[in-house]
Amino acid sequence: MNNAMKTLTNGILKENPTFALVLGMCPTLATTTSAVNGMSMGLATLFVLVCSNVVISMLKNVIPDKVRIPAFIVVIATFVTMVQLAMQAYLPAIYDVLGLFIPLIVVNCIVLGRAEAFAAKNTVGLSALDGLGMGLGFTLSLTVLGVIREFLGAGTVFGFQLYSSQFAALIFVLAPGAFIALAYMMAAVNKLQKK
Amino acid sequence: MVYFLIFISAIFVNNIVLSQFLGICPFLGVSKKIDTALGMSAAVTFVLVLATVVTYLLQKLLVLWGVEFLQTILFILVIAALVQMIEIMLKKVSPALYQALGVFLPLITTNCCILGVALIVADQNKLLAKLPLGADYGLLSGTVYAFATAIGFALALILFAGIREQLALNKVPEAMKGTPIALLTAGLLAMAFMGFSGVV
Repeated sequence: MNNAMKTLTNGILKENPTFALVLGMCPTLATTTSAVNGMSMGLATLFVLVCSNVVISMLKNVIPDKVRIPAFIVVIATFVTMVQLAMQAYLPAIYDVLGLFIPLIVVNCIVLGRAEAFAAKNTVGLSALDGLGMGLGFTLSLTVLGVIREFLGAGTVFGFQLYSSQFAALIFVLAPGAFIALAYMMAAVNKLQKK
Repeated sequence: MVYFLIFISAIFVNNIVLSQFLGICPFLGVSKKIDTALGMSAAVTFVLVLATVVTYLLQKLLVLWGVEFLQTILFILVIAALVQMIEIMLKKVSPALYQALGVFLPLITTNCCILGVALIVADQNKLLAKLPLGADYGLLSGTVYAFATAIGFALALILFAGIREQLALNKVPEAMKGTPIALLTAGLLAMAFMGFSGVV
């Protein structure tokens, strides 16, 4: 039980994919124009992470070692296609915004990284928990970054107007703001961890 | 004229790294020295143009057979196989070039700008490609777009590597060391590139 809890929280705090491992930067920067977008992207990645981790840990004894990377990629791509089709059907508005970045979950280093580093060596249950933890950590960082950028750039949080958008700095919703907001957030996390 | 505009648009106005956020991993990972940045850019240019042409033709087949939902799976497999093939061929044909590009080739499969551009061109995604008026989204414009995007990637990467070489000599606050200061620099670079918006 203790071990399971450790696996779950590991991805959320100690090895947070964005802040500690610095993986998956493309979706982190591109889809956090608002809190809702960041969270949707995080949840889509979470689904793929959990499913691919479970399937890969089940198949780990069947897949020959030499072709394991292509085999992992096929498993991941299958789940990405499922997410893509499901979102197109049920959440067309969010799919339009996230667009290209949903199929690009395939090349997100976090998913393949966890498959290789964790799921290929551990049991099904632990792999599922690891996927869940990593996915939650990723979702959390994307949502927080989305909240900050939306608040500074549009004056809203999850769509609620907190102050007049006249006073908002639009640059935070645009490309440069993504880099700058993430840079200061990472610096803050570094500072807090040092203490 | 249209092809010239595609170039300007893909290199400066809609730079793949600084305004579309594709290929950030190699942008942050291999930009510490100008030499490695040049090697990576050359490898990306090579693979990006080839992958775009191959996946464009593959997409025609997928549409013909009515199995468009296999797009993501097949594209990533084709790109991975292509990269492997280029690696083997380079080793045989030009060992010198292999020496220069070899280490970067395996990294390219997971570079999202390859799959990203392949998907943009194959889907004829007008929203993301932002091609100028009059472009026909055919094989030729797609290839020109892929090549121009690769040049844009190279420009951003080499500029950034130059800045980081200088930055390494400067004093940086403890908490900002490493990735944060690199991201901040990239933010300023992106701001400079924003000045091009509206040109095409």
